[in-house]
Amino acid sequence: MSVKELPGKGLARGLKVTFENLTRRAVTAQYPDVKPELPPRSRGVIALLEENCTVCMLCARECPCWCIYIDSHKETVPPSTPGGRERSHNVLDRFAIDFSLCMYCGICVEVCPFDALFWSPEFEYAATDIRDLTHEKDRLREWMWTVPPPPADDERAEPPKELAAAERAAARTSARSTRPDGVDRSEDVESPRES
Amino acid sequence: MVDVVDLALRTGCVFVAFLVLPLVVGQTEHKVMAHMQSRLGPMYAGGFHGWAQLVADGVKFAQKEDVVPANADRRVFQLAPVLALVPYLVALVAIPLAPGLVGVDLETGLFFVIAVMGVGVLGSLMGGWASANKYSLLGAFRAAGQLLAYELPFVLAAASVAMAAGTLSLSGIVEAWRPWWLLWQLPGLFVFFVAGLAELHRPPFDMPVADAEIIFGPYTEYTGIRFALFLLAEYAGIVVLSALTTVLFLGGWRGPFDEWLGWLWTLLKVFAVAFVVIWVRVTFPRFRADQLQRLAWQLLVPVALVQLALTGVVAVAL
Repeated sequence: MSVKELPGKGLARGLKVTFENLTRRAVTAQYPDVKPELPPRSRGVIALLEENCTVCMLCARECPCWCIYIDSHKETVPPSTPGGRERSHNVLDRFAIDFSLCMYCGICVEVCPFDALFWSPEFEYAATDIRDLTHEKDRLREWMWTVPPPPADDERAEPPKELAAAERAAARTSARSTRPDGVDRSEDVESPRES
Repeated sequence: MVDVVDLALRTGCVFVAFLVLPLVVGQTEHKVMAHMQSRLGPMYAGGFHGWAQLVADGVKFAQKEDVVPANADRRVFQLAPVLALVPYLVALVAIPLAPGLVGVDLETGLFFVIAVMGVGVLGSLMGGWASANKYSLLGAFRAAGQLLAYELPFVLAAASVAMAAGTLSLSGIVEAWRPWWLLWQLPGLFVFFVAGLAELHRPPFDMPVADAEIIFGPYTEYTGIRFALFLLAEYAGIVVLSALTTVLFLGGWRGPFDEWLGWLWTLLKVFAVAFVVIWVRVTFPRFRADQLQRLAWQLLVPVALVQLALTGVVAVAL
């Protein structure tokens, strides 16, 4: 403590701090009474859009905790035209996620190529029996109703890659179609693809 | 007959005040301390912002088992909480709320109140000694050492006011009080308040009960209703200290419209002082034993003596 300071100044400063706190709003979250405002993309529970699942097993293979259980069988569909070939497809029998093992990394959601898995912000599914934390596919399907629409991009974020590629292609198209020779070359424009 | 009814009524009112005011102060502490720490404090008990929290606490304490340690000095152990609490009830009897609104208007009220408040520490001492627990004993000794150090400036500061007013009657002191005494008796007010905090073992002077090092000191072995009595004694102590500070230094019932609103002024001032007690508790960390003694002997006692001299000089000059 410096000698020049008035004795008791530090004490007064302490009193000021506590009094200023008294005039501010408390930061306590009244959780069970007031639901928390979760940030976008909150990872509460994983929802399954069963209709989209093709039983490709990518999620179960990538899962670091081995908490996804998938059972399936093949079914054949009779040919749609006479003399045609029978088509076989996978039918999902069981899809379960054991949330007592899950570490909420979200790799399954990222890896799913058919958009069958989604994050839902719901988090109130604590259970008194650990076996109740294994959500079967009907329960996982129910979580789909709680999946929010994806949040809007930040104002200053770069446009999504798909959009940027499409715009680039469109710009190229319009540049060619307005050439002075007047020849319409639009049919040989490459399909918009990322380089 | 009228005298008996009058006495019964006054004692009843004092008793009710003794039961209600500490609870109000306790609830205020819950809420004020919480908000000073950016929390909300009790929110559920009673429905509206946890107003019934202390009632719920009381019910809980009453339900608990009343344990007396096997090696404890049984009678002393059981008597200690009562002895800690009753002095504050007795002290409250002599403190005037408004002209005529006092339990018993004693000619030597100040002397009586300070003498009775000194008894309170016996509760801690007895509890600490009878518990057969080394932490309790340590706490009791700390309490005794603290009381020895702080009783002197406490009494000196009170004596300064008595000298200024020329009377020991608490009502008389308020009658003689003038607003400029606030300035004249300011050092005395400071010494009285700080020494009073130390006598109540309120943070930052809570070395004797320091829960982090000697596990609540003399109260370690207490459970249930007896522990609740010790707690109640602490809050009753805050009420008595605030009331005494109000009466001695802040002019008691004096204020605008004090013919009708005197009691309100006293209560307002008491709660203002109680608020400061809570505020100080929230703000400052605990003193160490040597810091406690140094504060008492090197700051409070000299300031109190200077105040006494100042009071004497001004009183003679007037």
